[in-house]
Amino acid sequence: MQSIVSSHHLCFAPPPPPPVLGHRLICHSLPSIRLPSHRSPTSLRLFSCAAESEMAAAAKEDGQDLRIPKIASSIRVIPDFPKPGIMFQDITTLLLDTEAFKDTIDIFVERYKGKGISVVAGVEARGFIFGPPIALAIGAKFVPMRKPKKLPGKVISEEYSLEYGTDKIEMHVGAVEPGERAIIIDDLIATGGTLAAAIRLLERVGVKIVECACVIELPELNGREKLGEAPLFILVTSDAA
Amino acid sequence: MFAAENGLKGDPRLEAISAAIRVVPNFPKKSFMFSRTGIMFQDITTLLLDHKAFKHTIDIFVDRYKDMQISVVAGVEARGFMFGPSIALAIGAKFVPLRKPGKLPGKVISESYELEYGHDRLEMHVDAVEPLERVIIIDDLVATGGTLSAAISLMESQGAEVVECACVIGLPEVKGQHKLKGKPLYVLVEPSGLDEFC
Repeated sequence: MQSIVSSHHLCFAPPPPPPVLGHRLICHSLPSIRLPSHRSPTSLRLFSCAAESEMAAAAKEDGQDLRIPKIASSIRVIPDFPKPGIMFQDITTLLLDTEAFKDTIDIFVERYKGKGISVVAGVEARGFIFGPPIALAIGAKFVPMRKPKKLPGKVISEEYSLEYGTDKIEMHVGAVEPGERAIIIDDLIATGGTLAAAIRLLERVGVKIVECACVIELPELNGREKLGEAPLFILVTSDAA
Repeated sequence: MFAAENGLKGDPRLEAISAAIRVVPNFPKKSFMFSRTGIMFQDITTLLLDHKAFKHTIDIFVDRYKDMQISVVAGVEARGFMFGPSIALAIGAKFVPLRKPGKLPGKVISESYELEYGHDRLEMHVDAVEPLERVIIIDDLVATGGTLSAAISLMESQGAEVVECACVIGLPEVKGQHKLKGKPLYVLVEPSGLDEFC
């Protein structure tokens, strides 16, 4: 029989000792990590990194976070899904790799912890997989941003364009308050339509978007441009097709 | 079985969790099947807004499963996705999403289940679980158990062993029903707010 245990710390890893010199911001030029099935030459991409913990420092060599190639190689690419010509980035295999999944969450948590972020918004449905663990670890609330008619209470909604037609995302009224600082999580940014709608939805209620964070970017689709002032942080880039 | 009957009686965390869940009447539609007042939808989004209560929820499940050699946490789309991954990460298990048809890109197996009117299907990637793996299945709420039963079938078709199904909320139908398709069922709280209206 279970006995009541004293308060259990949600730990994904032993907490790193506080850095002796305090936090410092480090910017690295990192080659973008291309997923294995694509042949384009690597291009230099500037990643700005958040405060370093000793654990993250241990994982770095020549300025590159060694966790990232492992994360990239855990993602499966499925051709012609959902339709011919699309190379689908399947993160379910990342979720089956306990080390890669833990590393993914750790990287985001290291970046956003201690930054006064009180809201982690996650876009349905794969954003629901990455967002809550991050929210729990940084002490923020998790706010699901959903397709129409899924949320039971009073909602506000924002429309966005699809290739053909439009769709909407919705958020509960009262989930967030003006002045809160938020990050928005999704597994992947393609055209940026969904993320841009999420940004508009949160900004309409006075929330400050600190950053959008995705595991994967498809840079050829220029999603970044749709995000306006909001920065974008990603771990891995890939070709769209 | 309910957590309060299984070692957590009087645990203040359970009260905090229950208090954080919002009841929304008549969602998704008015219905008189379950009570005179209609469906009282148990909205867990307010639990997710309460960091302490959300953490308690995950902690209780992690404490229960961390020493049970669980290698797979399966979560039912979409609200099972909000709870499952955090549990999986904390106990060192894989997370396997169980999804509506057409969402998973790779080769899938599927199982159908009954809805109030009609039926739906639940899908899983064929390579997600291996034979003899020990699995827990997570969803936010269990009502009739139809979805969880389909999930159990998917796991067993791959030779995996379902150790337990776990939900935050269990509707009155499941009280006293300790097993679902022969598998144990573990639930944290009963639905909030029913007594106010009865």
